Amino acid sequence: MAQVSTAQPAEAAPRPAARRHLSDRRIVQLFILPTVILLILMNIFPLIYSLFLSFTEYSVISANPPVWVGLENYTNILNDPQFWHYFGVTGTYALISVALQTLVGFGLAMLLRTKFTGSGVVTTLILVPMMLSPIVVAVFWRLIFNPSYGIFNYIFGFLTLLLPTLMGVILVLLLWRIVPKVLGESTARYGRMALLILIPVVAHLFWRVVLNQDQTYGAFYQQVTAIETGPEWLAEPVLAMWSIIIVDVWMWSPFVMLLCLAGLSAIPEYLYEAAAIDRASGWFQFRRITLPQVMPLLLIAVLFRTIEAFKQFDLVMGLTGGGPGDVTRTVSVQLYQLAFQGQFNTGQSSALAYIVLVIIIAVSNLYIRALNRAREG
Amino acid sequence: MTTIYTPSAPVSYSTRVDKVGRGQRISVTVRAIIAVLIALLMLVPVIWMGLTAFKTRPDAVAAPPVLLFQPSLEGFISLLTERRQMTQSEITAAEANRDQLDWANQIALLRGQTIIGTSAFPRQLVNSLIIAGASTFFSVGFGVLSAYAFSRFNIPGKDDLLFFILSQRMLPAVVVTIPIFLMYKEVGLYDTHFGMVLLYTSFNLSFSVWLLKGFIDEIPKEYEEAALVDGYTRLQAFRKIVLPQAITGIAATTVFSLIFSWNEYAFALMLTSDVARTAPPSIPLVLGTGGIEWAAIAAGSLAFLIPVVIVTFVLRKHLLRGVTFGAIRKG
Repeated sequence: MAQVSTAQPAEAAPRPAARRHLSDRRIVQLFILPTVILLILMNIFPLIYSLFLSFTEYSVISANPPVWVGLENYTNILNDPQFWHYFGVTGTYALISVALQTLVGFGLAMLLRTKFTGSGVVTTLILVPMMLSPIVVAVFWRLIFNPSYGIFNYIFGFLTLLLPTLMGVILVLLLWRIVPKVLGESTARYGRMALLILIPVVAHLFWRVVLNQDQTYGAFYQQVTAIETGPEWLAEPVLAMWSIIIVDVWMWSPFVMLLCLAGLSAIPEYLYEAAAIDRASGWFQFRRITLPQVMPLLLIAVLFRTIEAFKQFDLVMGLTGGGPGDVTRTVSVQLYQLAFQGQFNTGQSSALAYIVLVIIIAVSNLYIRALNRAREG
Repeated sequence: MTTIYTPSAPVSYSTRVDKVGRGQRISVTVRAIIAVLIALLMLVPVIWMGLTAFKTRPDAVAAPPVLLFQPSLEGFISLLTERRQMTQSEITAAEANRDQLDWANQIALLRGQTIIGTSAFPRQLVNSLIIAGASTFFSVGFGVLSAYAFSRFNIPGKDDLLFFILSQRMLPAVVVTIPIFLMYKEVGLYDTHFGMVLLYTSFNLSFSVWLLKGFIDEIPKEYEEAALVDGYTRLQAFRKIVLPQAITGIAATTVFSLIFSWNEYAFALMLTSDVARTAPPSIPLVLGTGGIEWAAIAAGSLAFLIPVVIVTFVLRKHLLRGVTFGAIRKG
């Protein structure tokens, strides 16, 4: 086709092109119009409206019209120590939960990196949690967390019983390679046998330290593994936040895994071949090839999750409703309760919404830049 | 191993393949076992939901939790129906003519109850379907038009517009909802299907424009140009060349929009109360009605989640693209 069009005489081209250009413009306008109208109607207008409301004293359920109060709502919010508490809660939650998701997701991706029989099915199965409805998931996790008939305490208790042994195994695996270097090739075999004794020793030491009632960890551990009574995950102030984090990590580690898998599969094999020829160690290959190559996608996953974590509403509402007290009350939940419960304090909640809006726009700007870079790369 | 190496192929360590092989094979096996174990662990909550849905009330709250039990449809019955506690004499009468009762009433009878009507849940599920379906239809429809325009033409302020479209998805739902709530109250759209469809359409539109733009960007411009040269109008070219080419993208976008509006909770909680209430905000409320009916909650959740789980399987090729706004297309 290209050949045909270049072969066309030059004077024939302008007229139809000009006509088409005009109709193209009409088409563009027609095509974009619905989107733009919807955006103006559902986005721009409401935002302007709520900007106005944020400077007023107003409640939806009262008959009084909005009263202009200037910056009062904003000063009230910023001077309220509770306000910083909600941001603190949201920040802590976002930080811990995104960090854990990144670790777990990346780990899973490394595990599933090499294809094996059925790895496709396993990968898809792991991805199921993130497609589910957060609120439904959260409500159901309340049953799972229940101290008397929930299964979480049973599984968690069982896993923690395995933990010290697992630590011993990991330690032995780490030392396995070093043994011949320290003892020499000939005695390495006995050295390794001796090393195996480390597993029970480590397990024993772990129990000694951890079960010591006086120490902080011991107390924590007692609280967590007391299977008979079972910790009340959602009612203990310390554990409530962790229970939300656990559900969030369960739901969204697969997302990080998905992105990491995409990143890992794009690493050219020849990098590893070159490294193998140069006899680079596994750790070196990981640090100098795998990590830098996956980093762009990992960063996107982290940014994505951070923004979502700052918005967190569904899980908190479903699991704790902000309680006990207000230890798990995120900004979104506080905003909801301010705007739609009790006094329906519309003016003040609009001001709070605007503060959140500014923060989110700043963060998402950062995020979209990263997104564009990934699109181009 | 009779491959003739072309010059472009990198020097591989294939000569050592048998030496590398064994360690590699063991490590793959170990990894596979660990991965399968973790996948099972991650599925425990979903499996548990499936089990609980078929438990009777005592089984659902048994301590320690039971794995083996007599399956029962009690959870589904209490989810879907309104029941009334019968008096002792009614129970004995009902027990006597047990065979004349339909199966649902027989199950209700086990708890001394009789069915007096359907619950709100089926209606809410239908609401979910209507609202998610209609909003998906419109958002994908408008989305494909806008995506085409954004992909093929130079539109002044395009980047700002695209940024604005996407930024909507970054905002917490509550922030957006406060003014919309007031607006809806004012114009009578609060708790209506139309209001929810409108909101979800605009909410999903941002997503579908971004996702579809990625798909349309991949269709070579030359196809349409050739068609235009052959005498198609721009609209014909769009309909007969671009749309068929973008069909996978449209399908994936449709399903993702559907899932988003199907799962959505915050908007539905704040902008509906009864008439247009969808399923997600009502499932937590099943908790409140006369003690905690875990089997009913599990049954409702299961009914609600199964479509999504199936879709996940069907869509696994497009999953990456869908959940990253079309930003990433490898994998």
